[in-house]
Amino acid sequence: MPTIDQTLDEVLTLAAARFKVPREKLSPDDDFFQNLGIDSLQALDLLTRLENHFHVELPDYEMQGVSDFRTLASKIQARL
Amino acid sequence: MLDLTKYQCLGEALRDALDRWPNEVCLIESDRDTERTRLTYSDFKETALPLARALQDAGFQAGDRAAIIMTNQSKWLISAYAVMHCGGVLVPLDYKLSAGEHLALLAHSQAKVLFTEFHLWRAITQAPAFESLAAETVLVTEAPGGAALVKAFRWEDFRRKGAPEFSSRRREDWASIVYSSGTGGQPKGCVLTHENYLEQCTALTKLYPFWPGVRYLSILPTNHAVDFMVGFIGPFVCGATVVHLRTLRPEFVRDAFVRYRITYLALVPMVLKNLERGLRSKFDELPQARRWILDRLIALNRLLTRHRPHVGISRLLLPKIHRAFGGSLKAMFVGGAFMEPSTLQFFYDLGVPVSNGYGLTEASTVLTLNDCKPFRADTVGKPLAGVELRILNPDDENIGEVAARSKTVMSHYLSAPELTAETIVDGWLLTGDLGRFDPSGHLQLFGRKKNMIVTEGGKNIYPEDIENAFDGLLVKEYCIFATNFIWPKIGLGDEELVMAIRLEPGAEMTSMLEEDLAARNRRLPDFKRLDGYFIVGKDFPRTASMKIKRIQLGEEIGKTVDRAAVVPL
Repeated sequence: MPTIDQTLDEVLTLAAARFKVPREKLSPDDDFFQNLGIDSLQALDLLTRLENHFHVELPDYEMQGVSDFRTLASKIQARL
Repeated sequence: MLDLTKYQCLGEALRDALDRWPNEVCLIESDRDTERTRLTYSDFKETALPLARALQDAGFQAGDRAAIIMTNQSKWLISAYAVMHCGGVLVPLDYKLSAGEHLALLAHSQAKVLFTEFHLWRAITQAPAFESLAAETVLVTEAPGGAALVKAFRWEDFRRKGAPEFSSRRREDWASIVYSSGTGGQPKGCVLTHENYLEQCTALTKLYPFWPGVRYLSILPTNHAVDFMVGFIGPFVCGATVVHLRTLRPEFVRDAFVRYRITYLALVPMVLKNLERGLRSKFDELPQARRWILDRLIALNRLLTRHRPHVGISRLLLPKIHRAFGGSLKAMFVGGAFMEPSTLQFFYDLGVPVSNGYGLTEASTVLTLNDCKPFRADTVGKPLAGVELRILNPDDENIGEVAARSKTVMSHYLSAPELTAETIVDGWLLTGDLGRFDPSGHLQLFGRKKNMIVTEGGKNIYPEDIENAFDGLLVKEYCIFATNFIWPKIGLGDEELVMAIRLEPGAEMTSMLEEDLAARNRRLPDFKRLDGYFIVGKDFPRTASMKIKRIQLGEEIGKTVDRAAVVPL
């Protein structure tokens, strides 16, 4: 099983690729709405991609109140 | 459709609907690719009545209040009907609020019963103010086996045998308390009567009728006045079907159009823009020749539908696009926030009419709606039947505050007589929105007089509701404003919140202070965040009880501070 740091790194890489933002501009505690310039619907789209990548299922309500990559990665890690 | 003029209350109308169409499907609930629930009107009744009986046995009486904090799902509507069968007053709360906000509104509404989902209940039980929860009965849906429910009951098990007594209500009795804002400042709980809803439903279904076989896709939260009306009351009194999706990912929403051959849906501008973005990028990927043909077909469709929609013609001309929308879509309703005319026109040109409307929770929801005859992207339509609108104090361009009088206007704000008196004057609801009528009787909106913003997601944000997130900020005083309120402009959209800061004498804005401000801002939900701040050079005007005089301060800032002085956060 990957470590939380590995999961976090993959989340950042995937988010950067999906929204065409340089990977080095994203860091774990960043607000992804702000850094990726996305709205809540696009955040749901990111969630789907992460689900497909990690082969986990994340209920929509898990995203409620989550706005930084570290918390997002921890939600995924808990399901791996 | 039931003749609603014959009914005194929603409960009566819904009770008759359940008996009138026993074999029609009223609810479908789907989670991702799996259909979880499909209920006929008869199934719905069989599920709701034992719940109503159990509520009555637990002491729930006519006039008592019951709150619902749930995502869109069948149990929301079943719970709501059970409450109405008992003559109760519904308190639909936004499930996206924080647990602390839920507890504050539960206390304000004095709800005796709470219906909620397990994950939301878990958050509520962990909130610091949980001990203050006064609800006597809490029913939790979908709790995992063995989960600790803390004083609550499982919704699925809370039922009793025996017919519950039906409690009829009068038209002027309260049907619901719907909060249009007030999680941080003064709660604005709109008390809506049975008459409000019955009148609204009659007017809306005249314009856009439902009937058995119509399928309404419920995407807007059901606590929102719009979905409560067009995603529950409207379809039910016409024998139609409501489709709920437990996962609102764009791809599952797209699938639902096709799988359930959706007839209508209501959405907020953000979702419509997202759909537009997706379609435009698909069009851009087409080879040049196919794109040329598509553009010509769209132009032809525009020509043929210039007077009114012809969905049949549009489906023939643009079959692939219409198949992607399920092939049965008749109209999408958009409202709740400013919608760019170009987006509305984009969909209309594809033969997918988007009916733009305007309303307020204080008026049960819709005041004006486009009838698309002809389609107008630049207006929010004409007043619904029974709605009188007038423009107060019009300027040289006939723009002034929109005031409304109608049987759909709320009774009052709960426990806020002063606020009610400021909002409903001589029977007219003062909307705080600026508009004018064009020669054909369509309402055009131009901006906002009140200190608030409406997000693309349709959320009303009042500055005073978020100020407590900045309690303890190391400044002398601060006040949050909607930019349009202090620097009025003609036009909606791009609405922002900014903070006016008065520093301590001799102090300067430091990077530490700015970081604190930014960090607190980040902790707010994304739609509530400030866009920037600016420094004010003198003390804020205050009342004798030391409250900031917001209106006076806003006017002073508008005259002395340039908008360019706002520092982005």
